[in-house]
Amino acid sequence: MRRALLALGLVAALAGGCGGDDDDTGGASAGGKPQLVVSAASSMTEALTACSKSYPDAELKLQFAGSDELAAQIRQGVKPDVFAAANTRLPDELHSEGLLSKPVVFATNEFVLAVPDDSDITGLDDLEATGVKIAIGSESVPIGEYTRESLARLSPAQEKAILANVRSNEPDVKGIVGKLTQGAADAGFVYVTDVNATDGALKAIELPAELEPNATYGAGVVEGAKEPKPAQAFVDGLVDGECADALKAAGFGAPPG
Amino acid sequence: MTSQRHTFWFPALLALSLAAALTFLTVPVAAIFLDSSPSALIDSLGEPGALDALWLSLRTTAISIAIILCVGTPAAYLLATRSFPGKALVVTLVELPLVLPPAVAGIALLAAVGPAGILGGAIEGAGIELALTTAGVVVALTFVASPFYVRQAMAAFAAVDRTLLDASRTLGASEARGFVRVMIPSALPGLAAGTALALVRALGEFGATLMFAGSFQGITQTVPLAIYDRFSTQFDSALALSAVLVAVSAAILLSVKLVVGSEALGGAAR
Repeated sequence: MRRALLALGLVAALAGGCGGDDDDTGGASAGGKPQLVVSAASSMTEALTACSKSYPDAELKLQFAGSDELAAQIRQGVKPDVFAAANTRLPDELHSEGLLSKPVVFATNEFVLAVPDDSDITGLDDLEATGVKIAIGSESVPIGEYTRESLARLSPAQEKAILANVRSNEPDVKGIVGKLTQGAADAGFVYVTDVNATDGALKAIELPAELEPNATYGAGVVEGAKEPKPAQAFVDGLVDGECADALKAAGFGAPPG
Repeated sequence: MTSQRHTFWFPALLALSLAAALTFLTVPVAAIFLDSSPSALIDSLGEPGALDALWLSLRTTAISIAIILCVGTPAAYLLATRSFPGKALVVTLVELPLVLPPAVAGIALLAAVGPAGILGGAIEGAGIELALTTAGVVVALTFVASPFYVRQAMAAFAAVDRTLLDASRTLGASEARGFVRVMIPSALPGLAAGTALALVRALGEFGATLMFAGSFQGITQTVPLAIYDRFSTQFDSALALSAVLVAVSAAILLSVKLVVGSEALGGAAR
């Protein structure tokens, strides 16, 4: 009996595995709607997931990671249709390398200090104490760049004291948020939208205006995209369209100007 | 006689399948070495962050292997030599981390021994800090790598001719003595193979480490985490570290095959 079951399972696996065609064909789907692959910064996970469900003109396949990783994938020849980053530097670089259409600036985000809801930390001064565990973004990801840019505007002594308490350089904002919600870290620097997405598990502490980096988001159509037209429509819609509304609802700011 | 004529296609199919598998499995690994010049590889290894990662991986893997050997060997011996109700369940539970996705292992560790986990308070009370520390890396490595050893060790102990142990016992040796003098030497090839598998798995651990221990140079950033950290901005350096990891892992697997025989690594299939 056991042998028969094993044989049956093996045959089924072989039939499934060697059976040839995958049903994930890409391009136009059954309903006639084009399929768009969107590579977006982790910080847009909630907002874009919300608007993707009812996006009228295409079926959106969203993938989220640190902007730097998504850009590196594109440089290695991966071709999503849209690249939406948490800064403008990466889209500008890809554009000048001929890998991305002229980027569109579509949103801003507020850079904040995030702490667990019940934390006693009230500001940057509390981060200097010994034993405070801080999680920040790694140098290559936009949130990590913004963090270092912002801390560099403090006095050198305070900057040094805060950086000395950093216990993890996370590959994207979701990693920072996870370390905070799990209590592994006491404080972290993220976007206000990430704090909003935790439904009250974390609270945001605003930073003085002079420390605020300019967190501006840019997006473009990847050169060689399978669906360039709907992709451009999606990018434009990030400025004024369904996804722009979702971004606003998540706490993103309107693009400057 | 007639059947003889038709059998040529089957060996051909076997050879073709092996060729396909070999190509698919070796080309990406070879590309690590071909995509960058040897001098660039060596240059990027000289960078302090890369050295820190290599040293940390070495230390944490050594500690976790020591723990796995000390606890896993007697445990595997018990499972291989006793039968008791629910043994199949116990064996399955011990083997389970083997098939857990790394992200699940990370979440599980956070939920169990993370600061907000079910045992987090007790661990904190004992003055032990695991999350975002080197000790946390060791916990993650031990969790994911130990089943590889225990499984292999169980098979090795089970394969030892029991008359040897019985003989030593009739001569008046205690079971403990028989375990040390007879069982361990007899099972040594299998134990070595299990150690090698656990070692390679620990060296390559990524997901559970990142989620549970975080990523910080010299503290928690092991080689796989350093590779991930560098992949977007310093691709050469990521390649160099990957090359080291591949070379070390291949050397470990190959030396075990050469020293204790290739059948030892296949022992788990029995």
